[in-house]
Formats: sequence, structure tokens, C-alpha cells
Amino acid sequence: MNRFWTKAQPVAATALALVVIGIPLWLVLVTAAKSQGEALNPDLSLPQRWQLLENLKQVWVDGEVPAAFFGSLLVVVPTVALLLTFGSMAAWILARRATRLNAVLYALGISGIVLPPAVVTVVLLLRQLGLAGSAVGMIGVYTGIYLSTVIFFVTGFVRTIPPALEEAAQIDGAGPVMVFWRIVLPLLRPVLATATILICLYVWNDVFYAFFVIGGRLDTLPLNLFRVASAGLYLNNWHLIFAYVVLMSLPLVVVLAVAQRKIISGITGGAVK
Amino acid sequence: MSAPRTAVRERPVARPLPAPDQPRRARNSVRRQTHPMWFLAPAFAILLVFFFLPTLFNFIYAFTDWSGFKSAINPTGFDNFTQLASDGTLLRAVRITLVYAVLVALFQNLFGFGLAVLLERDTTLNRVVRILFLVPVLMSALAVGYIFQALLKPQGSLNSLLGIDYAWLGDTTWTIVVVAVIHAWKWMGLSMLIYLAGLKTIPEDLLEAARIDGASRVRAFWAIRFPLLAPAVTFNVATALLGSMNGFDIVQATTGGGPARTTEILNIFIYRTFGQGLFAQATAMSLVLFLLVALLAFPVIRTLRRREAVL
Repeated sequence: MNRFWTKAQPVAATALALVVIGIPLWLVLVTAAKSQGEALNPDLSLPQRWQLLENLKQVWVDGEVPAAFFGSLLVVVPTVALLLTFGSMAAWILARRATRLNAVLYALGISGIVLPPAVVTVVLLLRQLGLAGSAVGMIGVYTGIYLSTVIFFVTGFVRTIPPALEEAAQIDGAGPVMVFWRIVLPLLRPVLATATILICLYVWNDVFYAFFVIGGRLDTLPLNLFRVASAGLYLNNWHLIFAYVVLMSLPLVVVLAVAQRKIISGITGGAVK
Repeated sequence: MSAPRTAVRERPVARPLPAPDQPRRARNSVRRQTHPMWFLAPAFAILLVFFFLPTLFNFIYAFTDWSGFKSAINPTGFDNFTQLASDGTLLRAVRITLVYAVLVALFQNLFGFGLAVLLERDTTLNRVVRILFLVPVLMSALAVGYIFQALLKPQGSLNSLLGIDYAWLGDTTWTIVVVAVIHAWKWMGLSMLIYLAGLKTIPEDLLEAARIDGASRVRAFWAIRFPLLAPAVTFNVATALLGSMNGFDIVQATTGGGPARTTEILNIFIYRTFGQGLFAQATAMSLVLFLLVALLAFPVIRTLRRREAVL
């Protein structure tokens, strides 16, 4: 049994990966390289003529990829910055000052991990604030949704750091802003990396909240994919849909290839204690 | 804290201990300066405006006739709910959402656990295969949906590989299961990582001891390692349930709620009615989702945690 498993395991693992992951990804690649006629009914056969680059070029223009890419960046970067700064500021206080009020605030602060955001009424609120359809509104909504996750992860992490370092700095006369900025924030680097990976994953790929908040007034990569596909399903443009998928996934695959160790430890970091 | 400890140890103390209140109060006044409360202000201001206020609005606007067709908003009591309940939409959407969530949690954990056991040893091949299974986790859920829509077409690749002619996404009974499998396919890499991390935390000497006692590999696995995975199970089941109750992208990209609205989970309904300008109905359903998750999440997490504590 034991020796058999040692020999069979690599074969089983390879076969499983090829079938379960390989076939769907292969379908994307070959279909993205076909002509419209050939891709009408997507299958696993090789294209008669590889025209991947032409298809990529076409969705680059039709799907307005540059605009969508910058739209996505415009939303993701400020969201991550706000979440990390404000989230860890709050988490530091919540972890270090164990008052009854803070216990209540902590419970409220992490409630968003479980509770679903009110997607419909947030639109009404943004209209009243004059932020409907704007990047600022979208950033605010994402920050409100994911602050809970950041507060939860960071508070748990701060509790594991001994307060001695902070106290030493306080004795030297450093104020709270200085202590937080120079002592606490650098110590939080591992947990902030975890939070960044998770948030980027959620926000970069989100369409649901974007449908409600942005409503077509700003391009993001997933929203444009939906547009290309909705038009494409009607016209049967599978080659363009999958060319867009290739283009959209490429940055992620590169990031995964370069930083896989960090990502894996980041994702698992907060889960199992 | 100090009082019960002295009681247990029965330390012979002549003098009464200093009141524990005094140093704590002193510490609190120091903490007030070193850890000022205004550090909480920005985070809680954002939470208030963009999370709690909309949630509060949910409880108000679900009971109005707010719509895209007129500017006035009037209270209508429970009309939205009675209307949604009377044509069966409410119960059906709740039932479909629950079925979907349970199926996703089941499949995602089965697949993730199986992968973790299969790929447990740290060989180079296993590392590469693990990364391959992470690709769907990082991909956009919308893209995953389109891939499977193409793969599962009646004249699609899966049918031609299997030599059958089945409408995977057009079956009013089984399509919900197919979509749940797709959802689990996207996220099983994440569950696998959590289970792998859980397996790593189990001390080697425990297994050693079991082996010395004559336990077979299989028995050692189920008797020792599996119970010790409880924290990983808690995390995976809870995230899979919550994630799929909040699901949207995969269902939208594969079936759009069809066939005959048999895969229309709550978020699909909310999106569709919102698009039709029926804002109050969408809000009412959004409130239903909120209450459903709130009612279910806490008992689920508590039960799983209690199981953990028993073990």
C-alpha cells in the first residue's frame, strides 16, 4: 500500500491537474487563438491558424482595455491604501486598550465579515452624497465592505506582538502618531501583506458591487469583460471573450508565478491558528 | 483574574492584596495618552457611512414604494414582502440560495480536502500542481463562469469527450448542482491551502505514537489527523457558506438564473429587479439576504467552534 502510493501519487496528481485545470485553461487558450467562424462552437481542437495576437489586439481596442485597466487601478490602489492605514490604526487601539467600549466597537468593526453589504440602498446613499457612479463612491463602498476583514486580521496580529517595543519608544518621548508610524506599522508587515493579497483578489475581480455603484460610468476590467461577453454571447464571439479572459488573467498569472510563496503563506496566514 | 487564582492556590497571605482596580485605572489613563481613541475615528467613520448607514436604510426602504419610475417615496408597510411571498418568489429564492450554499460548502470542502491529502508531501511536483490549482482562485469569477458555459454547451467539449448529449446548464433540477460544482472548482484551491496548513500543524510525534501502538496509516489518519483539522474545517465551511450565499458572478455568467429561474439565488434576483427599476423590491430581497445570513452565520460558526472545543 505504502510503496504503491509513493509510485501512484505523482501520476494521479499530474493526471488530475491536467484534466481538472488543464482542459478548461486549454479551451481558453485555443479558442482565444481562433477565427470567429472556428470559435462559433468552442472545442478543444487546435486552431487552423493561430491568430491569438490579432484577437488580443481587437479586444484591446473594442474592450477598451487600457481605460478599464486604469479604471481598475484607480479603484484598487486607493482602496488598499485606505484599508491598510485606517484598518491598522483602529486595530492597534482595539488590541491594546481592552475596555468594554472597545469590545463593543471591535464586535461592530468585524461584523462586516459575516453580514452582507446593503447593495441597493448604498446606491441611494451615494446619490444623496453626490458620489453615485464616481470612483470616490466605489472606493468608499469597497473600503466599508472590507474594513472588517482588515480589522479582524490586524487586531489578532497586534495581540501577538509584545508591547515592550512601543513602551520603550514612549519612554523616549515619542507621541502616539510617531509610535504607530515608526514602531507598530513596520511590525505589521506580514499581516498587511496577507490583507493586501486578499483585498486585491476581491476588489480586482468584483463585478457585483461595481454594477450597482458604478453602473457603467467608469470602466473596470471585469465590467468590460461583462460588456464584451454580453454583446459576444449574442453575436457568438467566443474568440473575443476568451481573448479578453487571457488578457485579464495574464497579470495575475505573472504575479502568481513571481510571488507564489508569498501568496500561499499570505492566504493561509490568518486562517488556521 | 488575581482573586480566583489565590483562592485556588490557597496562598497564605497575611495582608490583603492591593485592590486590582487601582493599577488598572492608572494604566488606563496612561493608555489614553499612548493609544488615543481618535485613531479609531477614520475607520469607524467609513464603516458608519458606507456600511452601517446603508444597512439601516435597508430596514427603511424595504417598506416603501421606492422605484425608478417616480421621484416620490412613500411608506407602504409590508406590501413588498406580501407581494414577494404571495407569488412564491421569496420562498423560492431563499430555498435556492440555501441549497446552493450547502452544495458549494460540501463540494468545496470535499475537493479541497481531497487535494490536500493527495498533494500533502512537499515534492517539487506537488508544489507545481498546488500552484496550478490556485490559478482559478485568482481568476475573475466571471471569466470562470464563461469558461464553463463554453465547456458545458450541449455541443460543447465535455459532451464530445464523454460522447453524450446533455444540457448541463439547461436542466431545471440538476443545473443548480452543476453551478455549485463550478463555484467549488473556482475556490477549491483556497480550501486545499487551508487544509494543507492544518495538516502541517499536527505534531509528528502524535502520529509516531499511534504507529508504535500499531495503528495502520488509514486508521491513524482518521483517528488522529482528521479530528485535529477542526479549525481548518470551521474556517473552510464558514467561508464557503458565506461566500456562496453572497454569490453572484458564477451564476450570472453560466446561467443568469435560468433555466426557468431555478438557479436564481438572492443576489441574481436583486440585480435583476434593480435593473428593472424596482428598487424597493430589490431592497426587500436585500434585507431578506441580510437577515438570512445573520440568522444562519452565528449559529453555524458557534456550532463548528463548539465541536472544535470538544475535540
